Amino acid sequence: MTALIEMQGVTKTYGAFTALNDVTLSLSDTSPSMTAVAGESGSGKTTLARMMLGFINPSHGQVLYQGKDVAKMTGAEQRQFRREVQPVFQDPFDVFNPFYRIDHVLETPVKRYKLADSETKARAMIEDALKRVGLRPQDTLGRFPHELSGGQRQRIMVARAVLLRPRLIVADEPVSMVDASLRATILDELKTLNRELGISIVYITHDLTTAFQICDNILILYRGNVSEAGAVERVIGAPKHPYSQLLVSSIPLPDLSKAWGGEEIPVSEAAAARANPGCKFAPRCPHVMEMCWDNLPPKYVPDSERLATCFLYRDAPVSASDDVASVFRPPNHSITATAP
Amino acid sequence: MSAIQDSKPILVVEDLNVHYDTGKGPAKAVNDVSFSLRPGERLGLIGESGSGKTTMATALMRLTRAPGRIAGGSVKLDGRDILKMSNKELRETRLRDIALIPQGAMSSLNPVMRLEEQMIDAIVAHKPGMRRAELDARVQELLKNVGLAPEVARRYPHELSGGMKQRAAMAIATSLAPKVIVADEPTSALDVVVQRQVMQTLGRLQDGLGAAVVLIGHDMGLIAQFADTVGVMYAGKLVEIGPVRQMIESPKHPYTRLLVDSLPGIEVKRELTGIPGLPPPLVDLPPGCSFNPRCPLAFERCVRETPLLQQVAPGQSAACHLYPEHAALPPLPPMTRAHQELRP
Amino acid sequence: MSLLTSLRRNYQQGRISGTLLLGLGILLAIVLFSAIGPMFVDAVNAQVGAVRPRRPPGPEYFLGTDSQGRDMWTLLIYATPNTLKMGLIAGFIGVGVGTALGLIAGHFGGIVDAIIRVISDALLTVPAIAILVIIAGNIDRMNTVIMALVVASLGWMFTTRTVRAQVLTIREKSYVEVARVNGESQWEILFTEIMPNLMPYIVASFVGTVSGSILAVIGLEALGLGALDEMTLGNTIYWSQQSSAVLRGYWWWWGPPIVVIAAIFIGLFLTSVGFDRFANPKLARR
Repeated sequence: MTALIEMQGVTKTYGAFTALNDVTLSLSDTSPSMTAVAGESGSGKTTLARMMLGFINPSHGQVLYQGKDVAKMTGAEQRQFRREVQPVFQDPFDVFNPFYRIDHVLETPVKRYKLADSETKARAMIEDALKRVGLRPQDTLGRFPHELSGGQRQRIMVARAVLLRPRLIVADEPVSMVDASLRATILDELKTLNRELGISIVYITHDLTTAFQICDNILILYRGNVSEAGAVERVIGAPKHPYSQLLVSSIPLPDLSKAWGGEEIPVSEAAAARANPGCKFAPRCPHVMEMCWDNLPPKYVPDSERLATCFLYRDAPVSASDDVASVFRPPNHSITATAP
Repeated sequence: MSAIQDSKPILVVEDLNVHYDTGKGPAKAVNDVSFSLRPGERLGLIGESGSGKTTMATALMRLTRAPGRIAGGSVKLDGRDILKMSNKELRETRLRDIALIPQGAMSSLNPVMRLEEQMIDAIVAHKPGMRRAELDARVQELLKNVGLAPEVARRYPHELSGGMKQRAAMAIATSLAPKVIVADEPTSALDVVVQRQVMQTLGRLQDGLGAAVVLIGHDMGLIAQFADTVGVMYAGKLVEIGPVRQMIESPKHPYTRLLVDSLPGIEVKRELTGIPGLPPPLVDLPPGCSFNPRCPLAFERCVRETPLLQQVAPGQSAACHLYPEHAALPPLPPMTRAHQELRP
Repeated sequence: MSLLTSLRRNYQQGRISGTLLLGLGILLAIVLFSAIGPMFVDAVNAQVGAVRPRRPPGPEYFLGTDSQGRDMWTLLIYATPNTLKMGLIAGFIGVGVGTALGLIAGHFGGIVDAIIRVISDALLTVPAIAILVIIAGNIDRMNTVIMALVVASLGWMFTTRTVRAQVLTIREKSYVEVARVNGESQWEILFTEIMPNLMPYIVASFVGTVSGSILAVIGLEALGLGALDEMTLGNTIYWSQQSSAVLRGYWWWWGPPIVVIAAIFIGLFLTSVGFDRFANPKLARR
């Protein structure tokens, strides 16, 4: 079975700096999934997204789309890949050319990919895509980008992706610049696209709460390395890796029973101190052991549906597969969908 | 807590109005806002973009710039109205009595000066005649208070990480032990772990100084973790204010309820709900309650009459016509999933 | 009709500002002055010895006459279009070459970019007028077209620099990436996404280059390096200098050309400021 998209031992370096280190991840072609990639700034999550989109090529390893190396595609293959793998960007302001009305960004793909054979059909397709993301075409078309709110603009970008009926949408922090009251609706659109149109979603985010709410599985990156991955209920609900634990405990929840508490977590930003070939989290880790400094921990599987790259779990079996998706929980909805 | 309630207010804001003059008339970014703050109290002011929260922060410091102007009201700090001070008094008051940690605190540092010089400048401007040794000792103490190592004093801003710059800005803001600290989204550009560290540091600093804090933000989770009192701003108005627990567990204004509900948790997966519609443009507010076009409970009076802030529970006030007729907020009708904006 | 409605809508949206209209108005007035003017005067009066010399402005000679017996009003009417012509030719060539080089340097980068950048930066640092004096001084038969070409040879670097910097900025915008996933080719991206956003800069560069060229032309002419047998504003100033017009109080000799030059510069400046608002819809709302 070929995967929809597969990253095989992908590493990206910029000079001496390693942005992403040896990530293997495959997403199923048959059951459309929603996968979160989470981490802080500098974790490599955006690098991963840009490689999936074919914007940049890996330094080592390869990205395969339906079995074909994205870096070595023929013209026709590349065209298909371009159409079927679509981005949604973070900044809902920067994605619009200020010179054009928003129609431009919707009409161009219809023309370039010859999605409609007449003006009327093209118009109907665009209106349909806008309605699908909850926008009224008559209030949207013909406007300039600066006349719309951030939330509306981000929805137009989702509509743009929908127009192309992609197989995969890679959304890089799609709601981080949108007001809280509008976030939910945009994320809900993504979920609906996944359920109703069978589009797989890769959701890049720093926000674990939304990742938990909409995704099946999550991959947490720390300085380019996978620290923990698996079903969101496992990884966010009961994190095992000390870094995931720190992340989850730092989420500001509007729930007074989950208060941060008085104890302050130590400041360690200045601490990259010891240059280490081992675990990148070692300098900040409260449980650091001598072995952590010299060896990169393998992918331990401490319980089902999750792996953690941490020596605290060295008694647990090591994952048989390099593929972090090997521990992923199959998406719920596809089980009902594939019933005979 | 009881100590806070007994003392008399340090900051009293009354009927504050800030307008932006536009071609279509004044945009009322802060519209008749009143609240008061006791020493040691932490007030979180929450609002979405365009709610007037940042305008509020700058007005409290009297830093409003054209095309904005303070159109009325008073901001009394320890009984003295900041809005009526002479420029000299104002210069003396800022930083010494009321200090701002601005939104882009990271970029508010001077890039060509070492951190210690910037900190010393700030202190000397208010306390001339301090000896160098005293100043150095004070700088070290301030850095220690915000969790920075002493050697950071010799660094330039570009040599610091985002979290460190934010701490440095906090060290400057607290250098003269102000009575009120206004923090405008101090962690909006920081990662979640650093955000927690910075907020906890701010909390500890404030406890040490006994100062009152106004924390301006858009993240209900962050405000809930930090504040004792929460104020909710919508379209330039303060629509609800009260103790944090009541505001989260039993909000009285429908907008507050929707804001709280729109936050996803990590306990159970549920339908995500947003708030239908968009905030109104400030130059063209709807008649009556500004929230009425988006409110699931709006009725005829809401379109006709602007609600005033009234007490709805002990320590809690809301500007909503549901009260005093109702004892609590009635359950909101279920929101349609997605396509909310399509509703007329 | 659709142009009219489009203009009216743009005006209502505030994209067409008073500044733009005033600037265009001044330029239009100067162009009309040069175009219609010759119909009302006799070119002969601008030749040496055609009229009584050294007459102050009055009913007989509207702007007076110079010491060699030329009618100043007639002279002005024939000199203005020649000066404008040189500025425009130099402007078109300078901005055309500059834009092409800037686009190539910014879009393709690499060694081509390095070469273009080094040459243009080097030329920007040397005083252009010094080089122009040498070039112009070594040309045997000067005329207005050659003068424009000479000035244009050093009038492209500013545009190159501006356009290159803007291309580099715009290339990083997400909308260029969106265009790519929307299926646009490299050339389409260059011309439909990047070029329109360069327009304000190109227009500003054009206005700047035209002003700079006129200034350079007038400078060279005032030094006596122009085509002295042609009527231009710079030559008029040169002749007034030669005859010590300032010392002798013939203000009507050097004054009017300066007023016209100033009007040209003000018109160009207002147009460029106003155009910024037209090209950038975001500014219009304010």
